[in-house]
Order: sequence, then structure tokens, then C-alpha cells
Amino acid sequence: MSMPTIFSRSLIAIALGVTVSGTVTAQERELLNSSFDVARELFAAINPEFQAKWQEEHGEEIEISQSHGGSSAQARAILQGLRADVVTFNQVTDVQVLADAGLVAEDWQQAFENNASPYYSTTAFLVRKGNPKGIESWDDLVQEDVSMVFPNPKTSGNGRYTYLAAWGFADNEFDGDEEQIEDFMRTFLANVAVFDTGGRGATTSFIERDIGDVLISFESEVNNIRREYGSDDYEVIVPPISVLAEFPVAVVEENAERNGNSDLAQSYLDYLYTEEAQRQLAGFNYRVHNEAVVAEFADQFPEIELLKVEDVFGSWDQVMDTHFGSGGVLDQLQRR
Amino acid sequence: MSQLASWRTGSTRVLPGFGLSMGISVLFISLVLLLPITGLFGQLAKLSLAEYWAIITEGRVVASYMVTIGAAAVAALINAVFGLLLAWVLVRYEFPGKRLLDALMDLPFALPTAVAGITLATLYASSGWMGRLLEPLGFQVAYTWVGIALAMAFTSIPFVVRTVQPVLEDLPIEVDEAAMSLGATDSVAFRRVIMPHLWPALVTGTGLAFVRSLGEFGAIIFIAGNMPYETEITALMIFVKLQEYDYAGASAIASVVLFVSLALLLAINIWQGRFVRRLHGGKG
Repeated sequence: MSMPTIFSRSLIAIALGVTVSGTVTAQERELLNSSFDVARELFAAINPEFQAKWQEEHGEEIEISQSHGGSSAQARAILQGLRADVVTFNQVTDVQVLADAGLVAEDWQQAFENNASPYYSTTAFLVRKGNPKGIESWDDLVQEDVSMVFPNPKTSGNGRYTYLAAWGFADNEFDGDEEQIEDFMRTFLANVAVFDTGGRGATTSFIERDIGDVLISFESEVNNIRREYGSDDYEVIVPPISVLAEFPVAVVEENAERNGNSDLAQSYLDYLYTEEAQRQLAGFNYRVHNEAVVAEFADQFPEIELLKVEDVFGSWDQVMDTHFGSGGVLDQLQRR
Repeated sequence: MSQLASWRTGSTRVLPGFGLSMGISVLFISLVLLLPITGLFGQLAKLSLAEYWAIITEGRVVASYMVTIGAAAVAALINAVFGLLLAWVLVRYEFPGKRLLDALMDLPFALPTAVAGITLATLYASSGWMGRLLEPLGFQVAYTWVGIALAMAFTSIPFVVRTVQPVLEDLPIEVDEAAMSLGATDSVAFRRVIMPHLWPALVTGTGLAFVRSLGEFGAIIFIAGNMPYETEITALMIFVKLQEYDYAGASAIASVVLFVSLALLLAINIWQGRFVRRLHGGKG
């Protein structure tokens, strides 16, 4: 067979293959889940389970696509036309932006249980083997010889939770004395060695580049890192008081309707509350609400005092304005 | 007059009629270049002049200009010296692996800059190959201003090499030989005969390298450390604004970078025009 024949035959084969698979996918409904950066592996594990369940219950094959990035970047993409059916973010404000634009229902936080947050986490510390600096809580982090790594609160929701948790701790410690809290926060921020723009970047700085004594990130992320990089080299410390990090979900109604996926989107998010999904979430070190699962994983999640952002700081809108906006408290604390 | 005639008839041009070629060119430039820039300035319309001024003169943003411009200038100067040397070696000498070295020069254009940034950060961190050697000597590269300049130098070196190289190729070795046979020493031949021809290309290349560095984000962000007032670059300030859904603020800071770049490129162009005219005895 001459080269051109092989070439043209394979071309025909490819063309056929494309049309065949094209017709198959045309019948399949496709659901797009837009999510935050580090949830890639989580949803890669959950999606097949949901697909199987849907197939069993409705006799319909569906496809689920994932789109991941920084939570705010994902929200911006949807504002600019990405046709995601559902969002599973790590920031209430990023869903609220979509609600303000009319893409998500105004009362989205009531649409699902637990403030539309099927799972949650908190901020925790990862320290090097043996915890050489003896770090147990937030006040150990403001010592002179301690250096920390956590993502920039300006660019990362993860970093924002760390800032808020430290503030919440100081608020408790100093009984709400603004001046003392701000002093504490100034020292806290000055002990940061590198301000990476996102959670994964901070992980790389701490693990691969050996920077800092403590990495502060979501409890889930910190545990996953320890599991992945060797439980002998690192220890997880969950401080006795920290902040509740919600992972809000919502149906992007306008897109779901247009894609003919309204029912599918609703069931998909409902599914995250089922016992099997909650078990998977706990397996990825997220805290969950289902009591049976909570009991099962009890020793994995130490009981600590979890501050709610709304209780300490007022609404998220207020938090963003006063603390993280241009010229806000964070800017003032870092000012020279 | 003769030039005008040839536009009309198009007899000496390969491409069809000036009207059509020019029309397509203008359309393309409008769609690819002018439309996005107009969009950028469209965002600015949401700001009053006072707001605009407040955004671009905020302390932290100003500090980021200093870091960015300083590091970009250092990177551009380093590249001017070593880029010239590289172009010289590539044009004037034959050696095994020359083709490979020539091809390598374009790597920073092709490589996603984020990859370069992560690699550099890994190399120069205190646990990295280079960092391990440099840190005991008191040189900290990663997460300092030096690291930023280094990353900028990496991404912008091809600009100098690729602008100087063709000019040097056009300057035959006979020119050096003529100068020397007339009694010039090596250094005089270089200064008085070769450099005048290379100046415009070298300045253009260095200018391009500088301007490229002003806007670079991916390569730098991983090695910069991003500490407020110390190692934050302007591109990060823009990124932060976008993160706050503040498109207008982001555009405002971007417009400063754009303006500096445009002014510099324009200055180089004008200077070059004068230079060429002088070189050709006021004719060119």
C-alpha cells in the first residue's frame, strides 16, 4: 500500500470515527461543573458515581465535564459567557457575584441545606517532621523565628480564610481590642516568607522549595498533601480555634435552562448531600454533615471551635470591603 | 511621482493593488490590535480622572512600578551586553553545535513563561541547585528583586539577539578587514566602524526587551515572592484588581504600562530615523 493510500484511508477512518462519536455525544446530555482549583481530583472521583446512579435511575447516559481554576477566575469566566450548569466554589462571594448578575437565584444559599454548602473545611497547619518550632496554635506563629507560607489573601480565597482565622483568633484573645488585634495581624503578616498567588503555589513553595516552617491551607488540602508527600516528613496541626470555610454550590439557572439541564443540575448538587457522596468527600478530607459519615470519620477530624465568618465579621460583602478591598485593612496592615 | 505611479499600476509589486493590500492590512490591524486596545480604554471610561489618578498613584502600585521598571532596566542592560555577544558569536564564527545554539535562542519565545518561572524558582530557591551554592555566599536570588530581573532576562533575551543578528549578517567581514588594512586597531575598528551600524538594532532590541519585561507575568510570579512594597510587580497589581472584579482599576494600571511602553517604542523609532539619516549623510 502506498503512502498516500494509507494516509487517505486513515483520514477516512478518522472522519468516520468523528461522525460516529459525534452522533453518540449529540444524544448524550452534558453537564458542566465549574469548580475551584484543587477540587479536580475530588470531582473526578465523584462524577462517575453520579453518572452510574443517573443511568440506573433514568436509563440515560450523561456526560459530566469539569472546568477548574481559581474560584474568582471561574466566576469571571461564567460572567463572560462560560456555559457552566452548576458551580462548586470555595468562596461565597464568587457565587454571590453570579447572583448579582442574575445568573444564579437571589436566594441560592437557601436552595440547598447548610447554606448551600454540602461540605466544609477549615484552615490548618502543615509543619515539618517533629514540629521543630512547636507550633500548636495561631499565637505560635507570631514568634520572631517562625516563617510561614500561605497564599496571598488578595488573590486567593484560601489565603483570605487564613487571614480571617488569624483575625478571629486575635479577636478572641484580645477581647475585641482593635489595636491589639491589628498589632497581632501586622506581626503575623510580616512572618510570611512568600505570598504565592494560589493554594497550589504555596504548597510547592513549602514542599518543593523548603521554604518556611508552616504551610497554612485548607485542612483538606493539608491532609491530602501529607498523604501524598509522605506522612513521615510532615505533621498536620489543627489549631484549637479556626474559621469555618464553606464550599458553596449553586445551579447557574440561566445556563442550565438553556442547556436543557435544569433537572440534571439540581440532582447533581442534591447528590453531593447523599451518604455515598459524603463518604467520598470525607475520604478527600473534607468535613461533612451526614451524621453516619461524621461518626465513621470522627478520628480524622479533631473537634475544634469553628468561627463563622458572618458571626465575627458581618456579611461577606462587608468582609471584602473592609478587609480585602483596595485601601482596606489588609492594605493598611501591610503599608510601609 | 514615480512612486505614486507604481502604487497605481502595481506593476512592480508582487501583491495585488495597493488599495486591496492596504485595506486588508488596516482591517487586520484594527481587529487584532486596535479593537482590544479600544476595549481597554473603554473600561477606563467608567472612571473619573480623579479616580484614575488615585488608582495609578496608590503607594503599593507605585512601589510595584519601581520594582518592575528597575528590574526590567537591569534585565535589558544585561541582555544588551550578552545579546550582542551572542549575536556576534552566532554570525562571525563557525563551530559545532552552532545551529543548535541558534535554535535555542528562540526558546523563551516558545516556552510557556510560567514553566520558565517555576523552573527558575526551583533552581534558585535555597534548596535548588543554584540556590544551594549561592546562598552560603550571601546571594539570595529567589524571592528577591534579583530573581525578578533574572526571570525578565530569560524571557527577553531573544529580542536583542534577533534584532542584532541580521544587521551583523549584512555587515560583511570585509568591512573589518578594510578598517584594519587602513591601520585601525581592533578596538577602534569595533568602535568606529562596526558599532555605528549595530547601534540602531541594539537599541531597538534592548528597548523591546525592556518593554516585554514590563508586562511579563507568568515567569516572574513564581520567583518574585510577591511581598508588598518589595517584590510585587505591576502585572500582579493588575491581577489583584481583576480578582476583585475591578476591571476599570485593572485597565487603569494596565494603561500606565501601555503608555510607558508606547512612549519608549516611539522614542526609539524617532531616534532611529534620525540616526539612519545621519548615517547616510542626511539622505536615507
